[in-house]
This record gives sequence, structure tokens and C-alpha cells, in this order.
Amino acid sequence: MNIALQREIDKLKRQILALSAEVESDVRAAVRSEENRDPALARSVIEREAQINAMEVDVEEECLKMLALYQPVAGDLRYIIAVLKINQDLERIGDLAVHIAERGLFLCDLPRVEIPHRLGAMADKVQAMLKKVLDAFVNLNEAAAREVCAGDIEIDEIHREIFQQVKDAVIRDPTTFESVLQILHVSRHLERIGDHATNIAEDLIYLIEGRIVRHTPEVSDKGQAK
Amino acid sequence: MSDPVQISVRNLSVYYGKQHVLRGITLDIPSRHVLGIIGPAGSGKTAFLRTLNRLNDLNPDSRMEGKILMGETEITHSDCDVVSLRKRVGMVFALPVPLPLSIYDNLAYGPRLSGIRKRFQLDEIVERSLKAAVLWEEVKDRLQTSAFRLSGGQQQRLCLARVLAMEPEVVLLDEPCSGLDPISTARIEEALMTLKATHTIVLVTNNTKQAARVADTTAFFLMGELIEVGPTSRLFVAPTDSRTNEYISGRFG
Repeated sequence: MNIALQREIDKLKRQILALSAEVESDVRAAVRSEENRDPALARSVIEREAQINAMEVDVEEECLKMLALYQPVAGDLRYIIAVLKINQDLERIGDLAVHIAERGLFLCDLPRVEIPHRLGAMADKVQAMLKKVLDAFVNLNEAAAREVCAGDIEIDEIHREIFQQVKDAVIRDPTTFESVLQILHVSRHLERIGDHATNIAEDLIYLIEGRIVRHTPEVSDKGQAK
Repeated sequence: MSDPVQISVRNLSVYYGKQHVLRGITLDIPSRHVLGIIGPAGSGKTAFLRTLNRLNDLNPDSRMEGKILMGETEITHSDCDVVSLRKRVGMVFALPVPLPLSIYDNLAYGPRLSGIRKRFQLDEIVERSLKAAVLWEEVKDRLQTSAFRLSGGQQQRLCLARVLAMEPEVVLLDEPCSGLDPISTARIEEALMTLKATHTIVLVTNNTKQAARVADTTAFFLMGELIEVGPTSRLFVAPTDSRTNEYISGRFG
């Protein structure tokens, strides 16, 4: 019975890793489509949403089946619960990638506005954070998970900065409103991806340590940024 | 834990001949509490249980070090009155052993031996014990039939009732459901859940899921050592020792 459960866990691991790879590449493509004003790439991200959703449902069904059939305990139980939660965060990140791609599409039809913003740097940081947390998940690396939690603060700061820049730009020239609003949206979506990556990191710490660190000041100070 | 401690085990070691079967066990069992003991074969679970009512004394090869206190009594002391200890600490074994008597007499046997003769008193004890063991409803109309006519699950509950008839403070159970079907197992577990309101229960089980269902605290034994003990709800979600994790997730044992 235990061998059967182990086999199911291995299968679940492959499923969730496939989903995370898919989501990671979607975020990358969405950011690139927005930066390069590439409508084809943006559309491809939007089209893949259905596939991500289907993968999320499969992972959830697999977890529920394992809980019902094997009543796992201890490490196995924590693994399945962590996967259930990480699965949801990944699906939400997939949605946010789609939102970014949609903003990118919208921007293609608008005149280019140049405001000094750090959206590119923010996108790089968020993608690095996502990659790091997914690698930490593969290797069950608790130290890396904690670094991800700490890194979220920086993302929140950049988002606040961009908000200010957008506000200034609209005051300076109200005709840029529509374009710079898209930039603010993208920034907001990236900031949310950072939050989901942090959630994944917290679930990882629970998986490894068996301790719920969410809402405790020791891991992160997230939630302060708006 | 605010419950008063019923049994306090301090640095207990047990040897069977040259074999060191329990190694320095230190453990508190609160009163009115179910302690589940899990561990693979040969881990010392049963040896531990048998020290709690001095059944190991029956093995001339066995030797004991350390101390066990039950309330004020040091039960490991050579002066301890073993007969009265075994009245305070009843035991149910893996295989039901009904006496070749009627259901009624199986239960009245112990109380009669200890001097209770009045019929109404015995009636009361029989009914109370059978109710406590969740067997009364099934046998109340045939108390005079032979105990051997009962099913295995019923016989095991009869043995539990027989122990309860002596009004022990502590009930020890050594894999009481190992030969029972799931429904009979559920009945025994139901009885234990009710009994813990009035008794301290120590349950040795090979079925980790049973410990998870029934025990308030679970102790994991391995090769004569107490590896980990803690609230069942914690031990089965996040055990601190990797060996506990491996055992309860069925990776060995």
C-alpha cells in the first residue's frame, strides 16, 4: 500500500512540476509580449490559459483521490496539502500572466509613452523570484524559500515607486492617462505574482518544517504594500 | 497538560535474559487519557505494557531497572502487592480468552472471587460492565448462553467488560483489534472513547491509524527505545523524528 502511495506521490510531483514549468514560461512570455509589443506572443499566452486551468483541476483531483484512498500522514500528508495550495497559487499566477498579456495587447494600439519606470527591472525580479521558489520546491530547499519571502518586500517597493511615477505622468500630461494606466496595471499584476510566489514559499516551509509561518513576522513583512 | 499524572515511568529498562528489550524509557501518562503505543514488531511495546501490571514477573528471566509510580504507589518496588496492582490495572490481550462459562458468569467471576455474593450486586456489575464495553444491547437477552457462542468481536468486548467488572483505574490493551473486522474494531474503539472519561487507557496497536483515531497521546517505540511521544494530532501531522515519519507513513515496520 505504501509503495502504491509512493508511486502516486511521484506522479503528483511530475504533474505539479509540469504545471509550474508551464506557468513560469507563461509569465516570461507575457512580460516579453508587453515589453516588445508583440501581439502574437500575447495571444499565445491568452490561449494557453485553458490548458493551465485543466492542469490545475487534474492536480487537485489527484490530491483528493490520494487523501481519500491512502489517508496519508506526516510528511506525505504535508506534501499533498502543500501541493494542493501551491497548485492554486500557480493557477492564479497563470491568470495574472494572462492579464499582463492582455495589457500588452492593449498597449500595442496606444501611442508609446516614455516615463522613467522600472517595470523591466521589476519583471526580472519577479521572474527570478518565481524561478527560485519553484527550484526550492523541487529541491525542498528551505533556506531558498525563506529568501523568497524576504525578497517580496523589494517588489512591493518598486510597485509603490511605479504608482508614484504614473501619478506624476498623468498630472504632467493627462493625455497619456490610458497608456500609463496600463503600465500601472502590469506593475500591479507583477506585484501579485510576487505575493503568490511568497505564498508558495510559505507552503514550502510548512512542508519541510511542519510549522505554519504565514502571518508571522519572522518570515516576511508582506501585506504592508498596497 | 493539566491532567494529573496517573502513571509516571522513570528511566525504565527491562531485560529478558541477556536481551535488553526496553532502554531507559521515561514517560508520563495523564489520568483519563488514552496513550497509544506504536512501533514495529520487537520494539518493546508489549514488554512495556507488561511492566505496568508486573506481568513480566511471570517470566523468570526478566529483570527490571528504573521506577514506575502509579499515583503514590511505586509499582516496581519489590514490596508492591502484585495482586491488588492487577486489580487496579486490568489487561485485554490480542486474542479474546473467554472462560468456558456463560456470559454472565464470565463477568461475575472476578467480583465473586473478591467476595461479592449478592445477586443484585452482581447483576448490577454485569450490566454496567457490558454497557461500558458496548456489548449489553447485543447480549442482554441471552446472558446465560455460553460465551463461546459469541463472535470474535463480541468475545473481545466480553473480555474488556470482564476487566471493567473489577473496576480498574487503568486498562491496558495489547493489540485488542488485531483479529477483528472493521465493524467490531469500531465498536471496541467506541467503547474506549467512552471509557476514557473514567479510566486511563494504554493501547498498544500495530495499526497506526487506530492510534490516530483513538489515542490522545501517541508514543513511538523502536528497538526498545522511546523515539518520540506527543499529542496524536501533532505526531501524525508533523513528527519531529524522521524515524517516526518513516514508520507512520508505512515506509518500514
